[in-house]
Amino acid sequence: MKTFVYIDHFKGEAQPASWEALGLAKSFGGSSPLTTTALVFGSGVDDVAKAALEYGADEVLLADDPALLDYRAETYAATLSALASSLNPDLILFPTTARTRELSAMSALDLNSNVITDATAVEVNDDNIVVTRPIYEAKLFEKVTASAKPQFITLRGRAFPKPDQETGRTGTITKVDAKTDALSTVEGYSVAEVGVSLNDAGVIVSGGRGVSNNPSLQPPAGLDDKQTEVWRAQQGFKLVGELASVLGGAVGASRAAVDAGYIPYSNQVGQTGKVVAPDLYIACGISGAIQHLAGIRSAKMVVAINKDTDAPIFKVARYGVVGDLFVIVPALTEAFKKKLGK
Amino acid sequence: MKIIACIKQVPDSEAKVKAEGGKVSWGDAPLVINPFDEYAVEGALQQKEATNGTVTAFCVGPESAKEALKHALAMGADDAILVSDSALNDLDTVGAARVLAAAINKIGGVEMVVFGRQTLDSGSGLTPAQTARVLGWPMLGLAGQIKVEGESVTVERVIEEGRQIVKAKSPVVISVVQSIGEPRYPSFMGIRKASKAEIPIWSLNDLGVSVPAPVVTRTELMNPPARDTNVEIITGESPAEIADKLADKILAEKVL
Repeated sequence: MKTFVYIDHFKGEAQPASWEALGLAKSFGGSSPLTTTALVFGSGVDDVAKAALEYGADEVLLADDPALLDYRAETYAATLSALASSLNPDLILFPTTARTRELSAMSALDLNSNVITDATAVEVNDDNIVVTRPIYEAKLFEKVTASAKPQFITLRGRAFPKPDQETGRTGTITKVDAKTDALSTVEGYSVAEVGVSLNDAGVIVSGGRGVSNNPSLQPPAGLDDKQTEVWRAQQGFKLVGELASVLGGAVGASRAAVDAGYIPYSNQVGQTGKVVAPDLYIACGISGAIQHLAGIRSAKMVVAINKDTDAPIFKVARYGVVGDLFVIVPALTEAFKKKLGK
Repeated sequence: MKIIACIKQVPDSEAKVKAEGGKVSWGDAPLVINPFDEYAVEGALQQKEATNGTVTAFCVGPESAKEALKHALAMGADDAILVSDSALNDLDTVGAARVLAAAINKIGGVEMVVFGRQTLDSGSGLTPAQTARVLGWPMLGLAGQIKVEGESVTVERVIEEGRQIVKAKSPVVISVVQSIGEPRYPSFMGIRKASKAEIPIWSLNDLGVSVPAPVVTRTELMNPPARDTNVEIITGESPAEIADKLADKILAEKVL
């Protein structure tokens, strides 16, 4: 099996799921010899290429060109298509990101193939590759197989184990040509304010509508009803954020909390937001709408804190606390601070 | 500016979707315009207003998908076109992109095509970029804002890492995210207009395009694995005691 693994990075910072893809490529069985080639595109990205070798790539194909400084779908797709059509890999793996969705989509079209996105499991039996992926917002799963080569598969983050980094491991880095016909230009960039990304997070602490219901708070004067509600919710999300911070996790939110304007859309878990796969998911004041439950289905363990015993979130939780989140969440933060020595 | 908003019809997101006999069942839940595509229509209407242009809502699907197009008309689209053909029952994203590109070329003079970021059913999010690729037009993905100045189109691209300003020359293909603004509600006049609208149906023959067989085929459809439903409710004399017990339980599970 000859596998290309596309190493996705943003300004030289590799997406951790790229390493998970390398680990998966190296784990394939079958009779034919395995070769795992990492693809690194960009400008001044030697460090990403070296890291790919340390994470297990047999070799790296490096398209390093000033024209590739900013990811552009057209240049990156053309570079990938040229490499794949001359070297004929069986399979091209990607981490699933905003960039790889576009890039894989275009390159697969160039090569008369298509992409299987968001894989949560990949089984390889000799030449036959069967991929499991969620559909209908993870309310269902399907197994699919592709009839064309190369096969393009994007892997859902944290669905596959990350290999250990073997510092100092070396290998061949071969420079390859970049395709530089861009159809658009990047004119500016501003950093996101979010901390740990929901996609990469091992721990997510989420708040729902319930975070605005703390009666003991005295809102500042001069706010109208809606502003008061949002202010209350923001105080609630501070508590959620403090717990997330002690656990090194990300802050999530239910759709209800996002729709009410308590927190930006980028924090939304489930339904039209994000499907996440943390090891630990702590739901605070979230009742558990069907879309939210679908969105957290890949979480290894769910803990629910809600004052309503009948909240559906308790049906998917391993541990639950029926109580006031404004009391329980800070107490839990303090408990973890002590136990984790923070 | 001549703008196309591409939409799809999907089961309502409140639907209890299940696998039944190898097929997807959504019970008696209604089919609706894909929620992401409402943002596409909204983004297209904003540019219609900004450029004194027109919006055509466009859909590939069965005849029942006219209802989704009527929603777009009621929101304010000028007209709507459905591509429907029995040869399209088994369509993947590459096929959809080829059909859409052929239709966009047939309409002619199109300067902007707007998509939602993905659909609620398969959710692969591939079609916008593949349509751009077939057309050879710039792909401006995940736009939270769109600004048109003459032939120049600038979008604010919303990605995990932040926001990028990306510029291209029209014609362009854009996919939008929620920051584009809440989709407007259909007006009373809009609903009346939509209910009377005649929506033309184009076949593959009309478009002069053939569609490749899907590369990806489904071999199995599964309901998600059931979760261990035995929740253990942690109780105690005080919040501190509950928190202490819960923290110990979580630490013992080694999920941190």
